[in-house]
Amino acid sequence: MNWSDIGIVLAVRPFGETSVIVELLTAEHGRHAGLVRGGRGRAMRPVLQPGNRVKAAWRARLEDHLGAFTIEPDLLRAGALMDDAAATEGLHAICALACLALPEREKHAAVFDGLEALIAGMAATDLWPALMVKWEAGLLTDLGYGLDLDRCALTGTRDALTHVSPKSGRAVAGGAPEAADYVDKLLKLPPFLQGAQAGLVEGDVAAGFALTGHFLERWILWPADRQLPGARERLLERLKTEGRL
Amino acid sequence: MSDVAGPEIQRLIELLAKLPGLGPRSARRVALQLIKKRDVLMTPLADALTRAAEAIKTCSECGNLDVNDPCKICTAPGRDAGLICVVEDVGDLWALERAHAFSGRYHILGGVLSALDGVRPDDLNIAKLIERANREETREVILALNATVDGAATSHFLSDRLKDAGVEISSIARGVPVGGELDYLDDGTLAAALKSRRPS
Repeated sequence: MNWSDIGIVLAVRPFGETSVIVELLTAEHGRHAGLVRGGRGRAMRPVLQPGNRVKAAWRARLEDHLGAFTIEPDLLRAGALMDDAAATEGLHAICALACLALPEREKHAAVFDGLEALIAGMAATDLWPALMVKWEAGLLTDLGYGLDLDRCALTGTRDALTHVSPKSGRAVAGGAPEAADYVDKLLKLPPFLQGAQAGLVEGDVAAGFALTGHFLERWILWPADRQLPGARERLLERLKTEGRL
Repeated sequence: MSDVAGPEIQRLIELLAKLPGLGPRSARRVALQLIKKRDVLMTPLADALTRAAEAIKTCSECGNLDVNDPCKICTAPGRDAGLICVVEDVGDLWALERAHAFSGRYHILGGVLSALDGVRPDDLNIAKLIERANREETREVILALNATVDGAATSHFLSDRLKDAGVEISSIARGVPVGGELDYLDDGTLAAALKSRRPS
């Protein structure tokens, strides 16, 4: 068995004294692990940092085997992000989340493309926390747990959708009389999650993280006895301190 | 192997094979060498191991390993108590000491934050570091963690936590290593080297 693909490094664990087991998120083969011989050497260590894009060739005798990767650098950007505290924490959080949430060896091209855009955005724009919220919402959708933000679950209207039901993940028009009894129990829906045209105001990113975090925990992580990575919590603290939520 | 050697020899080989750099085959060679040189090597080694296991303590001040608590570095009168160099592991302390480039004191963190391995701030020796940074004599804390994403995340986290201590916080530089050729350096290292250039 062998294939070649582009991948983003998600995690690296030492194996023996000179090798590592690398987890990549690949475009065509999903989250895939493999052994990299000599991965702890001086040449490979800078390449095998979370967030870097690599060209990977995987080879194994049988499909079920762990297999071995031959890795070549493609776009090394982790080093450039390390000076930015929020971006480092963000990189930490998204790579860990992808490892925890995505099943192994299952193609998720949209998640890969989103992650690629998000990491590129970390170096290019201050708005990347909003991109991260969108990526998390996309992750939910790609895993089959997408939020239904098209129409109100109570009235069926498509307008003035301001909240999301924490149980069903469906949008709710918070101003509707039918919602009056529940509105304080609903999660806030930031406008930027509904369409690309919506701008960002203070509190939107925090509301977005609360929304995606709630459903990631409830639908994806808790059933597998997992929790949101601590790095995501620390990222939110940092963004709050910097006034970027 | 158990057919040709008794359980004591087998146990010795199994334990030796757990050491870094030794597999089962090289562990057998080491065991054989030890057995052949029983008086000059095996007995003194066993004696040294027993003594070390009994005497080695973790320094309550910095987390270093030594036979005294506080350790030799923390009690050395010639060392600058105002400088604290934070490292991930004892191996990093030894590496810096080999370089003879630092005359202050150290603080061993015991790891770095890792989302996947579940290493959180409470798992690291951070509370003691903050206490030391708040002492009157401390002037500067140098963060000398590995230049990895985990190491950088930990450095940023520590910078935040140490802000209120009123000490200078610095990080070791990243850039071109001695003997390094630009052509072979990765993009991140080159970018960091250019960013931290200095007038010459």
